[in-house]
Amino acid sequence: MLFHTPYEIWDAHTHLSGVPGKTPEERLGNLLRYADRLGISRLCVFMGVRWSYEPTPEDFRQQNDDVLRAIAAYPDRAFGFVYLNPKQLDASLEELQRCVAQGPMVGIKLWVAEHCNAPSLDPIVRRAVSLNAVILQHTYLKKTGNLPFESTPMELAELAARHPDATFICAHSGGQWELGIRAIRKTPNVLIDLCGFDPTNGVTEMAVRELGPERIVFGSDAGGRSFASQLAKVLGAQISEDAKRLILAGNLKRVLQPILKAKGIACE
Amino acid sequence: MSELSAQFSKLARRQFLGSMALTGVGAAVACEEAFCGAGVDLPPLVDVNVNLFQWPYRRVSGDQTPILVETLRRHGVRQAWVGSFEALLHRDLGAVNRRLFEECQRFPGGLLVPFGTVNPKLPDWQEELRRIEEQYRMPGVRLFPDHHSYTLDDPDFVELLRLAASRKLIVQIVLMSEDERTVHPIVNVPQIDPKPLLAVVSKLPELRLVLLNPFRVASVSLLAELASAGNVYVDIAGLEGVGGLENLVKVFPAGRVLFGSYFPVFYFESAKLKLIESVLGAEISAGICAGNADRLLGKS
Ligand SMILES: [Zn+2]
Repeated sequence: MLFHTPYEIWDAHTHLSGVPGKTPEERLGNLLRYADRLGISRLCVFMGVRWSYEPTPEDFRQQNDDVLRAIAAYPDRAFGFVYLNPKQLDASLEELQRCVAQGPMVGIKLWVAEHCNAPSLDPIVRRAVSLNAVILQHTYLKKTGNLPFESTPMELAELAARHPDATFICAHSGGQWELGIRAIRKTPNVLIDLCGFDPTNGVTEMAVRELGPERIVFGSDAGGRSFASQLAKVLGAQISEDAKRLILAGNLKRVLQPILKAKGIACE
Repeated sequence: MSELSAQFSKLARRQFLGSMALTGVGAAVACEEAFCGAGVDLPPLVDVNVNLFQWPYRRVSGDQTPILVETLRRHGVRQAWVGSFEALLHRDLGAVNRRLFEECQRFPGGLLVPFGTVNPKLPDWQEELRRIEEQYRMPGVRLFPDHHSYTLDDPDFVELLRLAASRKLIVQIVLMSEDERTVHPIVNVPQIDPKPLLAVVSKLPELRLVLLNPFRVASVSLLAELASAGNVYVDIAGLEGVGGLENLVKVFPAGRVLFGSYFPVFYFESAKLKLIESVLGAEISAGICAGNADRLLGKS
Protein backbone atom coordinates (compact mmCIF):
# COMPACT_ATOMS: atom_id res chain seq x y z
CA MET A 1 0.00 0.00 0.00
CA LEU A 2 1.13 3.53 -0.67
CA PHE A 3 0.74 6.04 2.09
CA HIS A 4 2.34 9.44 2.20
CA THR A 5 1.71 11.98 4.84
CA PRO A 6 2.57 15.64 4.48
CA TYR A 7 3.01 15.80 8.25
CA GLU A 8 5.87 15.18 10.60
CA ILE A 9 4.52 12.82 13.26
CA TRP A 10 5.91 12.19 16.73
CA ASP A 11 4.18 9.72 19.03
CA ALA A 12 4.10 10.74 22.71
CA HIS A 13 2.98 7.40 24.11
CA THR A 14 4.19 3.90 23.22
CA HIS A 15 5.19 0.74 25.07
CA LEU A 16 7.32 -2.35 24.55
CA SER A 17 4.37 -4.59 25.39
CA GLY A 18 1.85 -5.90 22.87
CA VAL A 19 4.49 -6.18 20.17
CA PRO A 20 6.57 -9.29 19.44
CA GLY A 21 10.31 -9.54 19.98
CA LYS A 22 12.70 -11.56 22.10
CA THR A 23 14.59 -8.52 23.34
CA PRO A 24 13.52 -4.96 24.13
CA GLU A 25 15.38 -3.64 21.08
CA GLU A 26 13.73 -6.23 18.86
CA ARG A 27 10.33 -5.10 20.18
CA LEU A 28 11.10 -1.44 19.54
CA GLY A 29 12.36 -2.38 16.07
CA ASN A 30 9.05 -4.07 15.34
CA LEU A 31 7.10 -1.12 16.69
CA LEU A 32 9.07 1.18 14.40
CA ARG A 33 8.40 -1.07 11.42
CA TYR A 34 4.67 -0.43 11.86
CA ALA A 35 5.20 3.25 12.72
CA ASP A 36 7.12 3.67 9.46
CA ARG A 37 4.13 2.52 7.44
CA LEU A 38 2.11 5.42 8.81
CA GLY A 39 4.84 8.02 8.61
CA ILE A 40 5.49 8.25 12.36
CA SER A 41 9.12 9.25 12.78
CA ARG A 42 9.69 9.38 16.55
CA LEU A 43 8.33 7.41 19.48
CA CYS A 44 8.33 8.18 23.19
CA VAL A 45 8.54 4.80 24.88
CA PHE A 46 8.11 3.79 28.50
CA MET A 47 7.59 0.79 30.76
CA GLY A 48 9.23 -2.54 30.10
CA VAL A 49 8.34 -5.92 28.80
CA ARG A 50 6.57 -7.01 32.00
CA TRP A 51 4.36 -4.50 33.83
CA SER A 52 3.17 -4.19 37.43
CA TYR A 53 0.60 -1.84 38.98
CA GLU A 54 2.74 -1.00 42.01
CA PRO A 55 6.30 -1.73 40.96
CA THR A 56 9.01 -2.32 43.54
CA PRO A 57 12.26 -0.44 42.94
CA GLU A 58 13.69 -3.65 41.42
CA ASP A 59 10.66 -3.85 39.13
CA PHE A 60 10.86 -0.33 37.79
CA ARG A 61 14.65 -0.47 37.43
CA GLN A 62 14.26 -3.60 35.34
CA GLN A 63 11.57 -1.97 33.18
CA ASN A 64 13.67 1.15 32.72
CA ASP A 65 16.64 -1.02 31.80
CA ASP A 66 14.47 -2.57 29.07
CA VAL A 67 13.69 0.90 27.73
CA LEU A 68 17.32 2.05 27.95
CA ARG A 69 18.37 -0.99 25.97
CA ALA A 70 15.68 -0.43 23.37
CA ILE A 71 16.31 3.27 22.79
CA ALA A 72 20.08 2.73 22.65
CA ALA A 73 19.46 0.67 19.53
CA TYR A 74 17.42 3.48 17.90
CA PRO A 75 18.82 6.73 19.28
CA ASP A 76 17.50 8.80 16.36
CA ARG A 77 13.99 7.34 16.50
CA ALA A 78 12.99 6.91 20.14
CA PHE A 79 12.92 8.86 23.39
CA GLY A 80 12.70 7.16 26.78
CA PHE A 81 10.57 8.25 29.73
CA VAL A 82 11.52 6.87 33.14
CA TYR A 83 8.84 4.81 34.91
CA LEU A 84 8.56 5.58 38.65
CA ASN A 85 6.43 4.71 41.68
CA PRO A 86 5.77 7.66 44.02
CA LYS A 87 5.15 5.21 46.87
CA GLN A 88 8.85 4.32 46.56
CA LEU A 89 9.94 7.93 46.74
CA ASP A 90 13.65 7.64 47.54
CA ALA A 91 14.21 4.90 45.01
CA SER A 92 12.20 6.87 42.45
CA LEU A 93 14.33 9.98 42.91
CA GLU A 94 17.46 7.85 42.54
CA GLU A 95 16.04 6.28 39.40
CA LEU A 96 15.19 9.71 38.02
CA GLN A 97 18.80 10.67 38.61
CA ARG A 98 20.10 7.50 36.93
CA CYS A 99 17.87 7.56 33.85
CA VAL A 100 17.26 11.26 33.20
CA ALA A 101 19.92 13.37 34.96
CA GLN A 102 22.74 10.97 34.11
CA GLY A 103 21.04 8.91 31.39
CA PRO A 104 19.42 9.59 28.03
CA MET A 105 15.78 9.69 29.12
CA VAL A 106 13.77 12.89 28.68
CA GLY A 107 10.55 12.47 30.64
CA ILE A 108 8.76 10.69 33.46
CA LYS A 109 5.91 8.19 33.19
CA LEU A 110 3.58 7.65 36.14
CA TRP A 111 0.92 4.98 35.91
CA VAL A 112 -1.43 3.57 38.55
CA ALA A 113 0.77 3.10 41.63
CA GLU A 114 -0.47 6.22 43.41
CA HIS A 115 -3.11 8.92 43.05
CA CYS A 116 -1.27 11.77 41.41
CA ASN A 117 -2.53 14.42 43.82
CA ALA A 118 -0.68 12.66 46.70
CA PRO A 119 2.06 14.70 48.44
CA SER A 120 4.66 12.09 47.52
CA LEU A 121 4.48 13.37 43.94
CA ASP A 122 5.77 16.82 44.91
CA PRO A 123 9.50 16.00 45.28
CA ILE A 124 9.40 14.08 41.99
CA VAL A 125 7.77 17.01 40.20
CA ARG A 126 10.25 19.51 41.70
CA ARG A 127 13.16 17.39 40.51
CA ALA A 128 11.53 17.01 37.09
CA VAL A 129 11.30 20.80 36.80
CA SER A 130 15.00 21.19 37.57
CA LEU A 131 15.76 18.66 34.82
CA ASN A 132 13.24 20.13 32.33
CA ALA A 133 11.63 16.69 32.20
CA VAL A 134 8.01 16.33 31.07
CA ILE A 135 5.70 14.25 33.29
CA LEU A 136 3.22 11.98 31.55
CA GLN A 137 0.57 10.81 34.00
CA HIS A 138 -1.90 8.03 33.16
CA THR A 139 -5.46 9.17 33.85
CA TYR A 140 -8.80 7.42 33.39
CA LEU A 141 -12.40 7.83 34.51
CA LYS A 142 -13.95 4.39 34.29
CA LYS A 143 -17.65 3.90 34.69
CA THR A 144 -16.78 0.35 35.67
CA GLY A 145 -14.52 1.61 38.49
CA ASN A 146 -10.91 2.74 38.57
CA LEU A 147 -8.05 0.68 40.00
CA PRO A 148 -7.41 1.46 43.68
CA PHE A 149 -4.71 4.08 43.04
CA GLU A 150 -5.55 5.04 39.46
CA SER A 151 -5.54 8.79 38.83
CA THR A 152 -8.22 10.99 37.34
CA PRO A 153 -7.73 14.16 35.27
CA MET A 154 -9.17 16.10 38.23
CA GLU A 155 -6.37 14.82 40.45
CA LEU A 156 -3.80 15.75 37.84
CA ALA A 157 -5.25 19.26 37.66
CA GLU A 158 -4.69 19.53 41.43
CA LEU A 159 -1.08 18.45 41.13
CA ALA A 160 -0.47 20.75 38.18
CA ALA A 161 -1.92 23.73 40.04
CA ARG A 162 0.63 23.11 42.82
CA HIS A 163 3.45 23.15 40.24
CA PRO A 164 2.74 25.81 37.63
CA ASP A 165 6.33 25.62 36.36
CA ALA A 166 6.11 21.90 35.53
CA THR A 167 4.78 20.45 32.28
CA PHE A 168 2.33 17.56 32.45
CA ILE A 169 0.69 15.35 29.89
CA CYS A 170 -2.74 14.02 30.86
CA ALA A 171 -2.62 10.61 29.23
CA HIS A 172 -5.75 9.20 27.57
CA SER A 173 -7.59 12.52 28.11
CA GLY A 174 -9.16 10.70 31.06
CA GLY A 175 -10.83 8.14 28.78
CA GLN A 176 -14.17 9.89 29.13
CA TRP A 177 -12.71 12.82 27.26
CA GLU A 178 -15.75 15.06 27.52
CA LEU A 179 -14.97 15.17 31.24
CA GLY A 180 -11.18 14.95 31.06
CA ILE A 181 -10.82 17.93 28.75
CA ARG A 182 -12.95 20.05 31.07
CA ALA A 183 -11.04 18.89 34.15
CA ILE A 184 -7.70 20.25 32.95
CA ARG A 185 -9.03 23.27 31.08
CA LYS A 186 -7.99 25.77 33.77
CA THR A 187 -4.46 24.40 34.29
CA PRO A 188 -2.48 25.63 31.27
CA ASN A 189 0.60 23.59 32.14
CA VAL A 190 -1.30 20.38 31.36
CA LEU A 191 -1.47 19.00 27.82
CA ILE A 192 -3.56 15.99 26.90
CA ASP A 193 -2.63 12.99 24.82
CA LEU A 194 -5.28 11.44 22.62
CA CYS A 195 -4.45 7.77 23.02
CA GLY A 196 -5.79 4.70 24.71
CA PHE A 197 -9.49 4.94 23.93
CA ASP A 198 -11.52 4.19 20.84
CA PRO A 199 -11.21 6.56 17.85
CA THR A 200 -14.34 8.44 18.86
CA ASN A 201 -15.33 11.08 16.36
CA GLY A 202 -15.25 14.57 17.85
CA VAL A 203 -12.61 14.23 20.54
CA THR A 204 -9.95 16.26 18.80
CA GLU A 205 -12.41 18.92 17.70
CA MET A 206 -13.57 19.37 21.30
CA ALA A 207 -10.01 19.45 22.61
CA VAL A 208 -9.00 22.12 20.10
CA ARG A 209 -12.09 24.16 20.93
CA GLU A 210 -11.69 23.99 24.70
CA LEU A 211 -7.91 23.87 25.17
CA GLY A 212 -6.52 25.34 21.97
CA PRO A 213 -4.36 23.31 19.58
CA GLU A 214 -1.18 23.99 21.59
CA ARG A 215 -2.25 21.74 24.46
CA ILE A 216 -2.84 18.49 22.59
CA VAL A 217 -0.33 15.81 21.62
CA PHE A 218 -0.78 12.76 19.44
CA GLY A 219 -0.03 9.44 21.11
CA SER A 220 -0.94 5.89 20.15
CA ASP A 221 -0.49 3.64 23.20
CA ALA A 222 0.93 1.07 20.75
CA GLY A 223 1.51 -1.91 20.91
CA GLY A 224 -1.73 -2.35 22.94
CA ARG A 225 -3.50 0.01 20.55
CA SER A 226 -3.16 0.38 16.82
CA PHE A 227 -1.19 3.30 15.41
CA ALA A 228 -3.92 3.55 12.78
CA SER A 229 -6.91 3.94 15.08
CA GLN A 230 -5.19 6.55 17.20
CA LEU A 231 -3.69 8.53 14.34
CA ALA A 232 -7.17 8.72 12.82
CA LYS A 233 -8.19 10.96 15.72
CA VAL A 234 -5.96 13.67 14.28
CA LEU A 235 -5.98 12.92 10.55
CA GLY A 236 -9.76 12.59 10.57
CA ALA A 237 -10.50 15.62 12.72
CA GLN A 238 -12.11 18.71 11.25
CA ILE A 239 -9.50 21.14 12.48
CA SER A 240 -7.05 23.44 10.73
CA GLU A 241 -3.87 22.22 9.09
CA ASP A 242 -1.88 24.28 11.57
CA ALA A 243 -3.65 22.59 14.46
CA LYS A 244 -2.83 19.18 12.99
CA ARG A 245 0.83 20.06 12.68
CA LEU A 246 0.95 21.17 16.30
CA ILE A 247 -0.80 18.05 17.57
CA LEU A 248 1.15 15.59 15.44
CA ALA A 249 4.60 16.86 16.39
CA GLY A 250 4.89 20.59 17.08
CA ASN A 251 3.66 20.57 20.66
CA LEU A 252 5.69 17.57 21.75
CA LYS A 253 8.78 19.10 20.18
CA ARG A 254 8.13 22.34 22.02
CA VAL A 255 7.80 20.75 25.46
CA LEU A 256 10.77 18.42 24.91
CA GLN A 257 12.95 21.14 23.41
CA PRO A 258 14.59 22.36 26.66
CA ILE A 259 15.69 18.91 27.81
CA LEU A 260 16.73 17.80 24.33
CA LYS A 261 18.80 20.94 24.02
CA ALA A 262 20.34 20.42 27.45
CA LYS A 263 21.28 16.88 26.45
CA GLY A 264 22.55 17.95 23.06
CA ILE A 265 20.01 15.78 21.24
CA ALA A 266 19.25 17.11 17.78
CA CYS A 267 15.68 16.66 16.68
CA GLU A 268 15.13 18.51 13.44
CA MET B 1 -12.35 16.72 -0.72
CA SER B 2 -10.82 18.06 2.47
CA GLU B 3 -7.60 19.99 2.47
CA LEU B 4 -5.88 17.00 4.06
CA SER B 5 -7.14 14.55 1.47
CA ALA B 6 -6.16 16.92 -1.27
CA GLN B 7 -2.64 17.14 0.11
CA PHE B 8 -2.41 13.41 0.58
CA SER B 9 -3.64 12.83 -2.91
CA LYS B 10 -1.28 15.31 -4.45
CA LEU B 11 1.74 13.87 -2.71
CA ALA B 12 0.79 10.28 -3.29
CA ARG B 13 -0.06 10.88 -6.92
CA ARG B 14 3.21 12.69 -7.55
CA GLN B 15 5.15 9.82 -6.01
CA PHE B 16 3.08 7.22 -7.78
CA LEU B 17 3.29 8.91 -11.16
CA GLY B 18 7.01 9.27 -10.60
CA SER B 19 7.37 5.54 -10.16
CA MET B 20 5.10 4.90 -13.12
CA ALA B 21 7.25 7.15 -15.31
CA LEU B 22 10.32 5.19 -14.27
CA THR B 23 8.74 1.92 -15.30
CA GLY B 24 7.38 3.49 -18.46
CA VAL B 25 3.74 2.95 -17.59
CA GLY B 26 1.36 5.87 -18.05
CA ALA B 27 -1.92 4.99 -16.41
CA ALA B 28 -2.98 8.43 -15.27
CA VAL B 29 -6.69 7.67 -15.26
CA ALA B 30 -6.26 4.65 -13.05
CA CYS B 31 -4.12 6.77 -10.74
CA GLU B 32 -6.78 9.42 -10.36
CA GLU B 33 -9.16 6.68 -9.34
CA ALA B 34 -6.73 5.01 -7.02
CA PHE B 35 -6.19 8.21 -5.07
CA CYS B 36 -9.80 9.26 -4.81
CA GLY B 37 -9.75 8.75 -1.04
CA ALA B 38 -7.26 10.06 1.47
CA GLY B 39 -3.98 9.37 -0.21
CA VAL B 40 -4.26 5.64 0.14
CA ASP B 41 -4.35 3.39 -2.90
CA LEU B 42 -7.08 1.03 -1.74
CA PRO B 43 -9.71 -0.47 -4.02
CA PRO B 44 -13.28 0.80 -3.61
CA LEU B 45 -14.60 -0.23 -0.22
CA VAL B 46 -17.70 -1.97 1.06
CA ASP B 47 -18.22 -0.71 4.60
CA VAL B 48 -20.45 -3.10 6.57
CA ASN B 49 -20.59 -1.07 9.79
CA VAL B 50 -22.20 2.35 9.35
CA ASN B 51 -25.23 3.83 11.10
CA LEU B 52 -27.49 6.69 10.04
CA PHE B 53 -28.95 9.41 12.25
CA GLN B 54 -27.85 10.56 15.69
CA TRP B 55 -25.75 8.64 18.15
CA PRO B 56 -27.80 9.37 21.30
CA TYR B 57 -24.86 10.51 23.40
CA ARG B 58 -23.04 13.01 21.18
CA ARG B 59 -23.41 14.99 17.96
CA VAL B 60 -20.77 14.01 15.43
CA SER B 61 -19.81 14.98 11.92
CA GLY B 62 -21.67 12.50 9.75
CA ASP B 63 -24.86 12.18 11.75
CA GLN B 64 -26.60 14.07 8.96
CA THR B 65 -26.92 11.78 5.98
CA PRO B 66 -25.71 14.16 3.24
CA ILE B 67 -22.46 14.68 5.17
CA LEU B 68 -22.18 10.96 5.89
CA VAL B 69 -22.64 10.18 2.21
CA GLU B 70 -20.11 12.80 1.18
CA THR B 71 -17.57 11.40 3.67
CA LEU B 72 -18.07 7.81 2.54
CA ARG B 73 -17.74 8.77 -1.12
CA ARG B 74 -14.62 10.83 -0.46
CA HIS B 75 -13.04 7.77 1.14
CA GLY B 76 -13.84 5.55 -1.79
CA VAL B 77 -16.74 3.63 -0.26
CA ARG B 78 -18.95 2.21 -3.00
CA GLN B 79 -21.42 0.49 -0.71
CA ALA B 80 -22.27 0.95 2.97
CA TRP B 81 -24.42 -1.40 5.03
CA VAL B 82 -26.28 0.98 7.30
CA GLY B 83 -28.33 0.52 10.44
CA SER B 84 -30.10 3.24 12.37
CA PHE B 85 -28.91 4.72 15.64
CA GLU B 86 -32.56 5.49 16.37
CA ALA B 87 -32.91 1.76 16.99
CA LEU B 88 -30.79 1.98 20.15
CA LEU B 89 -33.48 3.67 22.25
CA HIS B 90 -36.64 4.02 20.21
CA ARG B 91 -39.21 1.29 20.80
CA ASP B 92 -41.33 1.94 17.71
CA LEU B 93 -38.95 -0.01 15.51
CA GLY B 94 -41.55 -0.09 12.74
CA ALA B 95 -41.10 3.65 12.32
CA VAL B 96 -37.33 3.43 12.80
CA ASN B 97 -36.97 0.90 10.00
CA ARG B 98 -39.27 2.83 7.70
CA ARG B 99 -37.24 6.02 8.16
CA LEU B 100 -34.04 4.06 7.57
CA PHE B 101 -35.44 2.59 4.36
CA GLU B 102 -36.67 5.98 3.09
CA GLU B 103 -33.42 7.73 3.96
CA CYS B 104 -31.41 5.17 2.00
CA GLN B 105 -33.73 5.67 -0.99
CA ARG B 106 -33.03 9.41 -0.99
CA PHE B 107 -29.42 8.76 -2.02
CA PRO B 108 -29.25 7.11 -5.41
CA GLY B 109 -26.65 4.74 -6.73
CA GLY B 110 -27.14 2.01 -4.19
CA LEU B 111 -24.52 3.45 -1.84
CA LEU B 112 -26.61 2.96 1.30
CA VAL B 113 -27.93 -0.55 1.90
CA PRO B 114 -30.33 -0.58 4.86
CA PHE B 115 -30.19 -3.17 7.63
CA GLY B 116 -33.30 -2.82 9.78
CA THR B 117 -33.39 -3.63 13.46
CA VAL B 118 -35.43 -6.24 15.29
CA ASN B 119 -35.69 -6.44 19.06
CA PRO B 120 -36.71 -9.98 20.01
CA LYS B 121 -37.92 -8.79 23.41
CA LEU B 122 -40.68 -6.63 21.89
CA PRO B 123 -44.17 -8.07 21.42
CA ASP B 124 -44.74 -9.42 17.91
CA TRP B 125 -41.16 -8.79 16.79
CA GLN B 126 -41.73 -11.36 14.03
CA GLU B 127 -43.72 -8.72 12.11
CA GLU B 128 -40.59 -6.50 11.96
CA LEU B 129 -38.65 -9.34 10.42
CA ARG B 130 -41.41 -9.92 7.89
CA ARG B 131 -41.49 -6.26 6.83
CA ILE B 132 -37.70 -6.11 6.59
CA GLU B 133 -37.67 -8.98 4.16
CA GLU B 134 -40.98 -8.76 2.31
CA GLN B 135 -41.81 -5.06 2.32
CA TYR B 136 -38.41 -3.35 2.27
CA ARG B 137 -36.37 -6.16 0.69
CA MET B 138 -33.47 -5.42 2.98
CA PRO B 139 -30.65 -7.99 2.82
CA GLY B 140 -30.33 -8.31 6.56
CA VAL B 141 -30.94 -7.13 10.09
CA ARG B 142 -28.77 -5.38 12.64
CA LEU B 143 -29.21 -6.29 16.31
CA PHE B 144 -28.20 -4.23 19.35
CA PRO B 145 -28.36 -6.72 22.24
CA ASP B 146 -26.62 -4.38 24.70
CA HIS B 147 -29.17 -1.58 24.32
CA HIS B 148 -32.06 -4.03 24.03
CA SER B 149 -30.97 -5.94 27.14
CA TYR B 150 -30.94 -9.57 26.14
CA THR B 151 -28.29 -12.24 26.36
CA LEU B 152 -27.22 -14.40 23.44
CA ASP B 153 -28.69 -17.53 24.97
CA ASP B 154 -32.14 -15.94 25.23
CA PRO B 155 -34.64 -18.28 23.49
CA ASP B 156 -36.30 -15.33 21.71
CA PHE B 157 -32.94 -14.27 20.28
CA VAL B 158 -32.19 -17.82 19.18
CA GLU B 159 -35.61 -17.99 17.53
CA LEU B 160 -34.88 -14.71 15.75
CA LEU B 161 -31.65 -16.16 14.34
CA ARG B 162 -33.52 -19.25 13.18
CA LEU B 163 -36.26 -17.23 11.46
CA ALA B 164 -33.76 -14.80 9.91
CA ALA B 165 -31.79 -17.72 8.51
CA SER B 166 -34.92 -19.28 7.06
CA ARG B 167 -35.72 -15.94 5.41
CA LYS B 168 -32.12 -15.85 4.10
CA LEU B 169 -31.42 -12.58 5.90
CA ILE B 170 -27.88 -11.69 6.98
CA VAL B 171 -27.76 -11.09 10.73
CA GLN B 172 -25.40 -8.43 12.08
CA ILE B 173 -24.94 -8.33 15.84
CA VAL B 174 -23.36 -5.23 17.34
CA LEU B 175 -21.46 -6.89 20.18
CA MET B 176 -20.38 -3.57 21.63
CA SER B 177 -21.94 -0.21 20.92
CA GLU B 178 -19.49 1.60 23.21
CA ASP B 179 -16.53 0.79 25.47
CA GLU B 180 -18.15 -0.22 28.77
CA ARG B 181 -15.82 2.13 30.65
CA THR B 182 -17.13 5.26 29.00
CA VAL B 183 -20.88 4.76 28.59
CA HIS B 184 -23.24 7.45 29.84
CA PRO B 185 -23.79 7.21 33.62
CA ILE B 186 -27.55 6.76 33.46
CA VAL B 187 -27.35 4.06 30.82
CA ASN B 188 -27.12 0.50 32.02
CA VAL B 189 -25.67 -1.28 29.02
CA PRO B 190 -24.48 -4.78 29.88
CA GLN B 191 -21.36 -6.23 28.30
CA ILE B 192 -22.47 -8.95 25.90
CA ASP B 193 -21.13 -12.46 26.40
CA PRO B 194 -20.65 -13.97 22.94
CA LYS B 195 -19.93 -17.56 24.10
CA PRO B 196 -23.52 -18.82 23.75
CA LEU B 197 -23.24 -18.17 20.01
CA LEU B 198 -21.05 -21.26 19.66
CA ALA B 199 -23.91 -23.64 20.38
CA VAL B 200 -26.34 -21.60 18.26
CA VAL B 201 -24.33 -21.22 15.06
CA SER B 202 -23.40 -24.86 14.89
CA LYS B 203 -27.11 -25.71 14.80
CA LEU B 204 -27.86 -23.15 12.05
CA PRO B 205 -25.55 -23.94 9.13
CA GLU B 206 -27.54 -21.73 6.76
CA LEU B 207 -27.23 -18.66 9.03
CA ARG B 208 -24.91 -15.86 7.84
CA LEU B 209 -23.76 -14.01 10.93
CA VAL B 210 -21.66 -10.82 11.05
CA LEU B 211 -20.24 -9.77 14.41
CA LEU B 212 -19.71 -6.01 14.53
CA ASN B 213 -17.27 -4.52 17.07
CA PRO B 214 -16.57 -7.97 18.54
CA PHE B 215 -13.03 -7.57 19.82
CA ARG B 216 -13.56 -6.07 23.28
CA VAL B 217 -15.93 -8.86 24.31
CA ALA B 218 -14.66 -11.85 22.32
CA SER B 219 -11.14 -13.23 22.20
CA VAL B 220 -9.73 -13.90 18.76
CA SER B 221 -9.57 -17.59 19.62
CA LEU B 222 -13.30 -17.65 20.43
CA LEU B 223 -13.99 -15.82 17.17
CA ALA B 224 -11.93 -18.41 15.31
CA GLU B 225 -13.93 -21.19 16.98
CA LEU B 226 -17.14 -19.46 15.93
CA ALA B 227 -15.88 -19.17 12.37
CA SER B 228 -15.19 -22.88 12.19
CA ALA B 229 -18.53 -23.73 13.84
CA GLY B 230 -20.62 -21.66 11.44
CA ASN B 231 -20.90 -18.95 8.83
CA VAL B 232 -19.43 -16.22 11.04
CA TYR B 233 -17.80 -12.98 9.91
CA VAL B 234 -16.22 -10.07 11.78
CA ASP B 235 -15.64 -6.41 10.94
CA ILE B 236 -12.47 -4.48 11.74
CA ALA B 237 -13.79 -1.22 13.24
CA GLY B 238 -12.99 -2.25 16.82
CA LEU B 239 -9.78 -4.12 16.05
CA GLU B 240 -6.85 -2.82 18.08
CA GLY B 241 -3.20 -3.60 18.71
CA VAL B 242 -0.24 -2.75 16.54
CA GLY B 243 -0.47 -4.63 13.23
CA GLY B 244 -3.92 -5.79 14.32
CA LEU B 245 -5.05 -7.09 10.93
CA GLU B 246 -1.84 -9.01 10.29
CA ASN B 247 -2.26 -10.70 13.64
CA LEU B 248 -5.97 -11.37 13.12
CA VAL B 249 -5.62 -13.18 9.80
CA LYS B 250 -2.99 -15.50 11.29
CA VAL B 251 -5.68 -17.11 13.45
CA PHE B 252 -9.00 -16.09 11.89
CA PRO B 253 -9.95 -16.92 8.27
CA ALA B 254 -9.14 -13.87 6.13
CA GLY B 255 -12.12 -14.60 3.89
CA ARG B 256 -14.43 -13.86 6.84
CA VAL B 257 -12.97 -10.43 7.66
CA LEU B 258 -15.00 -7.42 6.49
CA PHE B 259 -14.16 -3.74 6.26
CA GLY B 260 -16.21 -1.82 8.83
CA SER B 261 -15.66 1.71 10.09
CA TYR B 262 -18.38 2.22 12.72
CA PHE B 263 -18.68 5.67 11.19
CA PRO B 264 -19.84 8.19 12.28
CA VAL B 265 -19.19 7.26 15.93
CA PHE B 266 -15.58 6.46 15.02
CA TYR B 267 -13.44 8.56 12.72
CA PHE B 268 -13.65 6.87 9.32
CA GLU B 269 -9.86 7.06 8.89
CA SER B 270 -9.31 4.55 11.70
CA ALA B 271 -10.43 1.47 9.77
CA LYS B 272 -8.84 2.70 6.57
CA LEU B 273 -5.41 3.28 8.11
CA LYS B 274 -5.48 -0.25 9.57
CA LEU B 275 -5.17 -1.51 6.00
CA ILE B 276 -1.94 0.47 5.75
CA GLU B 277 -0.58 -0.49 9.17
CA SER B 278 -0.83 -4.17 8.23
CA VAL B 279 0.71 -5.64 5.11
CA LEU B 280 -1.68 -8.32 3.94
CA GLY B 281 -0.99 -9.09 0.33
CA ALA B 282 -3.23 -8.09 -2.57
CA GLU B 283 -5.67 -10.99 -2.38
CA ILE B 284 -6.43 -10.78 1.33
CA SER B 285 -6.58 -7.01 1.17
CA ALA B 286 -9.03 -7.02 -1.73
CA GLY B 287 -11.19 -9.51 0.13
CA ILE B 288 -11.33 -7.35 3.24
CA CYS B 289 -11.92 -4.14 1.30
CA ALA B 290 -14.90 -5.48 -0.64
CA GLY B 291 -14.67 -9.01 -2.01
CA ASN B 292 -15.70 -10.84 1.15
CA ALA B 293 -18.69 -8.56 1.68
CA ASP B 294 -19.71 -8.86 -1.98
CA ARG B 295 -19.66 -12.63 -1.72
CA LEU B 296 -21.63 -12.57 1.51
CA LEU B 297 -24.28 -10.26 0.07
CA GLY B 298 -24.34 -12.15 -3.22
CA LYS B 299 -25.59 -15.20 -1.38
CA SER B 300 -28.75 -13.32 -0.43
ZN1 LIG C 1 -0.05 3.57 27.93
